[in-house]
Amino acid sequence: MAKQIFRLKVNGDNYEVFVEPNRCLHEVIRDEIGLTGTKEGCGTGDCGACTLWINGAPVTSCLMLVGEGEGAEVTTIEGLARDGELHPVQKAFIQHGALQCGFCIPGMIMSAAALLRDNPHPSELEIRQGIAGNLCRCTGYTKIVEAIEAVAAGSR
Amino acid sequence: MRPVKYLAAPTWRDAINALAKYPTAKAIAGGSDLLGWIKDDITGAKEPQWDILVDIRTIKEGAAIRFSRNEGLRIGSLATLTDLESAKEVQENYPLLASAVGHPASPGIRNVGTIGGNINQRPRCWYLRGAEFDCYKKGGDFCFAVTGKNEYHAILEGELCYIVHPSDVAPALLALDAKAKILGPKGEKTVPFSEYFVGPRVDVIRENILQHDEVLTEIQIPPPVPSSKSSFLKVTNRGVYDFAIVNIATWLKLNNGSVEDSRIVLSGVAPTPHRSTAAEGVIKGKRIDEALAKQAADQALVRARPMSDNAYKVEIAKTLIRRSLLEAAGA
Repeated sequence: MAKQIFRLKVNGDNYEVFVEPNRCLHEVIRDEIGLTGTKEGCGTGDCGACTLWINGAPVTSCLMLVGEGEGAEVTTIEGLARDGELHPVQKAFIQHGALQCGFCIPGMIMSAAALLRDNPHPSELEIRQGIAGNLCRCTGYTKIVEAIEAVAAGSR
Repeated sequence: MRPVKYLAAPTWRDAINALAKYPTAKAIAGGSDLLGWIKDDITGAKEPQWDILVDIRTIKEGAAIRFSRNEGLRIGSLATLTDLESAKEVQENYPLLASAVGHPASPGIRNVGTIGGNINQRPRCWYLRGAEFDCYKKGGDFCFAVTGKNEYHAILEGELCYIVHPSDVAPALLALDAKAKILGPKGEKTVPFSEYFVGPRVDVIRENILQHDEVLTEIQIPPPVPSSKSSFLKVTNRGVYDFAIVNIATWLKLNNGSVEDSRIVLSGVAPTPHRSTAAEGVIKGKRIDEALAKQAADQALVRARPMSDNAYKVEIAKTLIRRSLLEAAGA
């Protein structure tokens, strides 16, 4: 299969990658660009481990071809920290012990951070709906929701 | 994943030209259905191995949402479900649609999933989705659901093939009397959604009238009707997102509290979105109450022919019709 050139903008940096066009966006970000925070869980859009932002909106990047990322502002978990300081949601997950094996957490945080950006004071139901596409096989949802609630309370 | 070639189409015309030129080309928008299909490597005598993906999300005007009091709503087929759910003109004038577009999949999929994709997505039958099963839909000569596991399959209108239509948006569009604008090599045409979906009796290979080189470009919904009421309900296996076991879109036009006109449409029960003219006939000219809603629900499922594992869906469909009528009528 002939490789094609694709231009991506990830966390504000421009990249040109020369890859097979059947590669999904998360694979290229992990294997070519070297940002491995974005995980592949199911590969079928069910689990949300591959969640990143396309123009600020959380999406499951395992169901996006690399070509579909062209022309978009892509943000991964590595792009959330500012000047070496973790994003408030990242800090809250640590403070509340909201992770067990950790595999779902990058995707979970990308969904939670987008939710709080758009709706700084969500109800518990809105939080649960906001992370509905992110599965935690350790079932650590209670502490995850607590961590997100803490960020919301802190910004009051 | 199988090798593919990726082409970005800047205009609808480019997309159609590419589809017409390559018999194994497929248009891709959100991709959440098509990439799963390709990853599962589903092929057959009548199911080509799609290997040229024509990206239509690159079409600039394709996602526009426009509303006017005279013309109603015009939705570019590339508008995402999230775009529609959050659009003020949809929330204020078409609460039925605003509710329906919030039901499919997870937020991350609704953020890329388009209304066109939701309408044209392929069924979820596990035999269809299993590369090993050479079923009717792929050009084979057997339906594995008839003798196999069929708890999510059709209870109405099944014939040869017993898939159910998977869309949450399609029943709402039928209930709102919407039309599809289709572009092909011969030009543009507008078709009511009541003539858009195709069951196995007509053609077992497809679920709608779109030909290989045609694309759905726009969804047109008539202006909102004064004194109309609506309801959208969906039953799933999981508490969060899932495909519908049954969903229902109900639209009623009331006159002094009695039903002057109605459209009651269910998905998850038949190979196409199922408009229940039987239920509509029961409520016409009458005031909806508990007894009438139950009578309409019973009448709607008189022709149900459940399979070995899915008789439970008959009761779910009846319950949803009853609840939906009562909710829409505010009774």
